[in-house]
Amino acid sequence: MFSSRMFNILVPIISVLLGLISGAIIMLIFGYNPIAGFAALWNGAFGDAYFFGETIRQVTPYILSGLAVAFALRSGLLNIGVEGQVFMGWLASVWVGISFELPMIIHLPFAILAAAVAGAFWGFIPGLLKAKLGVHEVIVTIMMNYIALYLSNSIVRNLLSDGADRTENVAETASLQSSWLAEMTFYSRIHYGFIIAIFMALIMWFIINRTTTGFELRAVGFNQHASRYAGMSVGKNIILAMVISGGFAGLAGAMEGLGTFGFMSIKSGFTNIGFDGIAVALLGANTAIGVILAAFLFGVLKIGALNMPTVAGVPTELVEIIIALIIFFVASSYMIRWVILRFKKEGK
Amino acid sequence: MLKSRFLMVLVFLLTFGVFLAACGSSDEGEDTTGDSGEGSSNEEASGEENSDFSVAMVTDVGGVDDKSFNQSAWEGLQAFGEENGMSKGEGIDYAQSESDADYATNLNRLVRQDYDLIYGIGYLLQPAIAEVAEQYPDTNFALVDAVQEGDNIASIVFKEHQGSFLAGVAAAKKTTTNKVGFIGGVDGSLINKFEAGFVAGAKSVNADIEVEVEYAESFNDSQKGQAIASNMYSKDVDVIYHASGGTGNGVFAQAKDIKNSNPEENVWVIGVDRDQHEEGQIGDTNVTLTSMVKRVDIAVQNVSEQAMNGEFPGGEVLEFGLADDAISIADTNEEAMTDEITTAVEEWKEKIINGEVEVPSTREELESFIDAL
Repeated sequence: MFSSRMFNILVPIISVLLGLISGAIIMLIFGYNPIAGFAALWNGAFGDAYFFGETIRQVTPYILSGLAVAFALRSGLLNIGVEGQVFMGWLASVWVGISFELPMIIHLPFAILAAAVAGAFWGFIPGLLKAKLGVHEVIVTIMMNYIALYLSNSIVRNLLSDGADRTENVAETASLQSSWLAEMTFYSRIHYGFIIAIFMALIMWFIINRTTTGFELRAVGFNQHASRYAGMSVGKNIILAMVISGGFAGLAGAMEGLGTFGFMSIKSGFTNIGFDGIAVALLGANTAIGVILAAFLFGVLKIGALNMPTVAGVPTELVEIIIALIIFFVASSYMIRWVILRFKKEGK
Repeated sequence: MLKSRFLMVLVFLLTFGVFLAACGSSDEGEDTTGDSGEGSSNEEASGEENSDFSVAMVTDVGGVDDKSFNQSAWEGLQAFGEENGMSKGEGIDYAQSESDADYATNLNRLVRQDYDLIYGIGYLLQPAIAEVAEQYPDTNFALVDAVQEGDNIASIVFKEHQGSFLAGVAAAKKTTTNKVGFIGGVDGSLINKFEAGFVAGAKSVNADIEVEVEYAESFNDSQKGQAIASNMYSKDVDVIYHASGGTGNGVFAQAKDIKNSNPEENVWVIGVDRDQHEEGQIGDTNVTLTSMVKRVDIAVQNVSEQAMNGEFPGGEVLEFGLADDAISIADTNEEAMTDEITTAVEEWKEKIINGEVEVPSTREELESFIDAL
């Protein structure tokens, strides 16, 4: 008999393969060469140091937003609000980055911490509403996304700049950008954030698997009533889960604000970092290591995809379709599970 | 415990396997692309012996089929390519951006593909152009709709406030309710130019006209455009001027919906950037009153030609306006644009060109302009 852990490993891998194969079939149907297409994708992500740097740059916020979603899901909460929490973190990090003059050893951690706190606060509100009033977190977080988007646009326009479309660049002392990493990768926008992202994955693994708090969070995720009967405070754990989840998301925003861009501009829509985080978490089976691998896959697909239209003539939309198919197959893991079991039985 | 370790190792092995498999197929792929790459470069060498000039553009998030200025810029490049025997992928090309983070990546990619001149279409690309142009001083860049200093950057800007002023005149002449609307994309200095010009134009014709101004905070959210338009039309606004890229498609959709349910209804849309006559077509009638045409294509074509002849205007700010015919008011909808309107538009156009009227380009200038009326 297959263990459930085995399924957790097999299902994402099979989903990715099925997604890629269906992508190839779709490319064939529309008259594109799938080998050239995937080669362009591969070269666009790993072709040379520049693209590899850009891939890592894209993976960094994905890891954090994936962790945010995964952490909440482990406690049985669907945090759709990662997107908004990313915005708040981005805003807070840039705000601190441009308005203080401090030595780097204080300024940078301060800016990063501000992002985590801002994201955590944005997660705290839906957590509180859920714990105290039973308002469903999905609805609240969706709305909070819009509040975050327009609030940060308004703050950038009126408080952080003089009616301009973007803030000034954050001070050198608050920047995660590194000139030697950039030079090594032909001026890609890779920055030190990936170290933070991997460190945070470690933290998530530690909290969930090695602490009492983590045990309680998971218990609440499995069965609220049983947890309450066992004497745990369900409300407290819900709030805590949302706060930590929001903190991760806020850090993802800091990666953009202090690393990739170094400023915040007025956004005409969502960045999709948070929404893609949902897919990353699903694909990574809500585990820290799984999230890192899934974020890597998503980063590769996103950055590599940009190369497909110019080199192989395959439209970017198709790559979106492939990503969607992968998620589709993950979501229909029941189907894959059933097929595996079926084969297993027949094999006996 | 032992078992879970074993499983961890298995995960790594399996994922590694996936990547290896991908590697394997990509090796073959690399070979094929390598071959075709060489093939095409050979062709290029033989086909274009006189010049191996190449030019590409990076769109903003609107995409190359935004029915607005990205599309217009690409049409300019295509026209340039046609004259010089180039086609997409052979001398001219575009890269579309899915998000803000893609601008620098796309610019960089095109630099690495050895394009001689690279356009950034839209003010949103300004920070990315500034960064990439500094890193690659040997490549020429051109930025549309914003000004960026740099010896290898040509900034192309338009006097949209002049064209919007004329759009305001046309709207004021057409309205029967004395209420017109303006829908902007994202509130910022560029779109404020459109707003200021439009309001000034409408008020110049009739100071009693009310102008409803709203911003969608997006250039590619047609649903929002439709919602705002629906709201405005229901408040008796009968002419809406949109300066909102893809968001404007929703404005057209709403106007056509209204016209569909009641052909007697008087609703008009003024298009932007391109002549958006097609967008307003519904049966035999058309809801597009006119369009504030901004010939990004002409500008793109001009600058490309200059660059090809070795006269790239690096470091310069190129301003295109009414006098250069790079800004104009479309008169495709002859039924709606009556003689009275076109004469009025022409009159004001003359006044602007010979400097009698100084069209405001910011909200502050607009205020003093209205006070002076």
